[in-house]
Amino acid sequence: MAASPSDAVSAFWQDLHPPLSRHEAAVESDRCYFCHDAPCTIACPTDIDVPLFIRQIGTGNPAGSAKTILTENILGGMCARVCPTETLCEQACVRNTAEDRPVRIGELQRYATDHLMAAGVHPFERKPDTGKRVAVVGAGPAGLSCAHRLAMHGHAVTVFDALPRPGGLNEYGIAAYKAVDDFAQAEVDWLMMIGGIDVVHDSVLGVDVTLDGLKAEFDALFLGLGLGASNELDIDGETLDGVIDAIDFIARLRQSADPRTLSAGERVVVVGGGMTAIDAAVQSKLLGAHEVTVAYRRAETAMNASEYERNLAKTNGVAVRTWLSPKRVIGEAGHVQGMEFDVMSGSGADYRPTGKALTLPCDRVLKAIGQLFVTHPADVSDAPDAVPGKPIGESLALHGKRLQVDADRRTSDPAIWAGGDCAAGGEDLTVAAVQDGKLAAESIHRTLMQA
Amino acid sequence: MADLSSDFLGIRSPNPFWLASAPPTDKEYNVVRAFEAGWGGVVWKTLGENPNVVNVNGPRYGAIHSSDRKLIGFNNIELITDRPLEINLEEITRVKRDWPDRAMIVSLMVPCEEKNWRDILARVEDTGADGIELNFGCPHGMSERGMGAAVGQVPEYIRMVTEWCKQYSSLPVIVKLTPNIADIRGPARAAKQGGADAVSLINTINSIISVNLDTMSPEPSIDGHGSHGGYCGPAVKPIALNMVAEIARDPETAGLPISGIGGITTWRDAAEFIALGAGNVQVCTAAMTYGFKVVEELKSGLSDWMDQQGHARIADIVGRATPKVRDWQHLNLNYIAKAKIDQDLCISCGRCHVVCEDTSHQAITHEVDGQRRFQVIDEECVGCNLCVSVCPVQDCITMEQQTSGTDARTGEPISGDYANWTTHPNNPMRVPA
Repeated sequence: MAASPSDAVSAFWQDLHPPLSRHEAAVESDRCYFCHDAPCTIACPTDIDVPLFIRQIGTGNPAGSAKTILTENILGGMCARVCPTETLCEQACVRNTAEDRPVRIGELQRYATDHLMAAGVHPFERKPDTGKRVAVVGAGPAGLSCAHRLAMHGHAVTVFDALPRPGGLNEYGIAAYKAVDDFAQAEVDWLMMIGGIDVVHDSVLGVDVTLDGLKAEFDALFLGLGLGASNELDIDGETLDGVIDAIDFIARLRQSADPRTLSAGERVVVVGGGMTAIDAAVQSKLLGAHEVTVAYRRAETAMNASEYERNLAKTNGVAVRTWLSPKRVIGEAGHVQGMEFDVMSGSGADYRPTGKALTLPCDRVLKAIGQLFVTHPADVSDAPDAVPGKPIGESLALHGKRLQVDADRRTSDPAIWAGGDCAAGGEDLTVAAVQDGKLAAESIHRTLMQA
Repeated sequence: MADLSSDFLGIRSPNPFWLASAPPTDKEYNVVRAFEAGWGGVVWKTLGENPNVVNVNGPRYGAIHSSDRKLIGFNNIELITDRPLEINLEEITRVKRDWPDRAMIVSLMVPCEEKNWRDILARVEDTGADGIELNFGCPHGMSERGMGAAVGQVPEYIRMVTEWCKQYSSLPVIVKLTPNIADIRGPARAAKQGGADAVSLINTINSIISVNLDTMSPEPSIDGHGSHGGYCGPAVKPIALNMVAEIARDPETAGLPISGIGGITTWRDAAEFIALGAGNVQVCTAAMTYGFKVVEELKSGLSDWMDQQGHARIADIVGRATPKVRDWQHLNLNYIAKAKIDQDLCISCGRCHVVCEDTSHQAITHEVDGQRRFQVIDEECVGCNLCVSVCPVQDCITMEQQTSGTDARTGEPISGDYANWTTHPNNPMRVPA
């Protein structure tokens, strides 16, 4: 079992959405129209039967409701917390048409899944052992989803993860206020109750294990590697002290035993327009930074972060400034002192320089301009004893800069499947990764049982 | 502004809204609060003989709720007043004296013996009350003792007791009917034959409102056991409306004044009862759900609607809908209507499609040209109104009468002539035209 969070962590991070009470859930569930061929379900990357699970809440069967959710999305608890529902199920809700106010699907989903997890119940049973063994690389949402579904089908699963704790970005990469009380670990513990899943931590692909080695040892292989690196700004001053990768910053504070001891900087500039930028900015503010600015090169509406997320930043005192394209980081004595931007103009996604420049004084720059799939997952030179396999990019076909997969999430190697952010064509969302893992597991299961 | 004042059997009240004989009218305290709130009259909770009855000392009510706990149906296992007769009579006297413009009706229930009725009638008359209501309706507790619904289910008893009351009292007699019978017209005719000045209906419907699935006890539960009780509230309104209409249009009872009761919650409910033939209405559950203030909505709503419709007095609307009630066989089979969906109002929930597809006539699309769209297929639509009933948006789906051309479903020309089942060729018992 994972360690419980320190009291300091629990006290510091306030839940973004306090859970619905039973009364609130009953009232809200009554708003669902139980639509035919429901738009919310169509909008859900994991095809959760939303009207059914809401109806089950309304009829006083939250455990049954949770099972409906978890049948399609084993990380339904986390997705209830981190999904951008405002651009998925809730955007599709027909209540928007008449009232501009969708059913609070995400919060209802959390109500049901919390209920079941609080009872310590795991509603799925593992089928008899098939004798087949599957390796899953990466204990993030895609890997965990795949592992659980495979275990349910009776296969023996070994999950290899490079980091000391499971969960992937759920554990290391999303804002603390979205998953308080160590929820990511509690969810993994609950997921593991299915049985048949072993997790090997601190095991790095390319160093401790190789594709060829895993292929030889297991009947099938699933890669849920995530994106190993962050994009660089490629501007002067990027190596100055105080220029930090936003994902690393979030990982550090997520793993901190006492957030109060973390330095947030005084004046912070966050470069980027996605969820990570917002997560990093809001947490910087909550940690005590005096001034936090999100700088984005295009219009606000072109940001990947949803309107809800942008408003969350603003209500937390974060300034969102647009049409600012990074030019250089200014420093003195090796430390960042400010950031200079080209001022852009345009409309929507189109933008061009105006010729003007703007400097924002700061003592910290957080880079959140997206991540990059690393085809060489480990720097082998640091591990001279390791037996490196071929770089992934040489073993498996890429589509664009990520792994090519088919509709079943099978890679160019018929024994290897992949999903989550490392696979091409995805949405870089937890919920999409869960769907990838589920689809891959079903495909692996069909393949193994035909053999 | 419309005149809401009511004259029912010569009993005047400032409005047609009376509180029915029930817990809200059991004591002077409550009734005074009701009059202060603006109720037109009360039917005092049923008096019985001494020694007074006793009630259970635990839950006596149960309810059916919607998901957000809106009360839809209500039941009770309470009996008639459990206070001594003398106290009730004293309070009735005082309240009527203090509130002379409000209607004061006294509900009565005593054993089916002439002497028992004669004795209590005299005492009630001394209070100055405006009338009496004979409780032949309560389905629980008292009926096991040969009173309440046990009388209301036997027309001969209704007639007999009504005759005694007319003989021994000068007060107007309202006979309250139980719905727990096969045909409401029998008891109503018996009341009229006995000389009743009016009938009031419905009393509560026999019911078990719910079962506690943990304890397996019906609710309300008394020490692990439950009993059937009387069902009321918004859910019973349709049953009551039909019974009111049956009596209003029965040639044997037509013209007999009716006090309408059963789930009246809004002004609209009240107007519907009056339109079907009720001279006034009685309310209980709405008050027990929301408090006496609901009468303000009842009064303003009815008054505003009457103004809009140009009705000056209550009497002008009594029974206006009664002639519109027909037996099925007399409905016009040449009337053709089809559903029409207003695409501007449609929110695309698809409920109309799925219920039509699954349970009816496959007459609503879910896709048009690959797009989610709900549209009526006239060739399949029988005009059943199911889609209208389930649509969450008011007026989004309407039933449109077809007056010319052919019916797209049958291919038959649409006729403006009236034709019903009695002459239909498929009717083996048709009468030659």
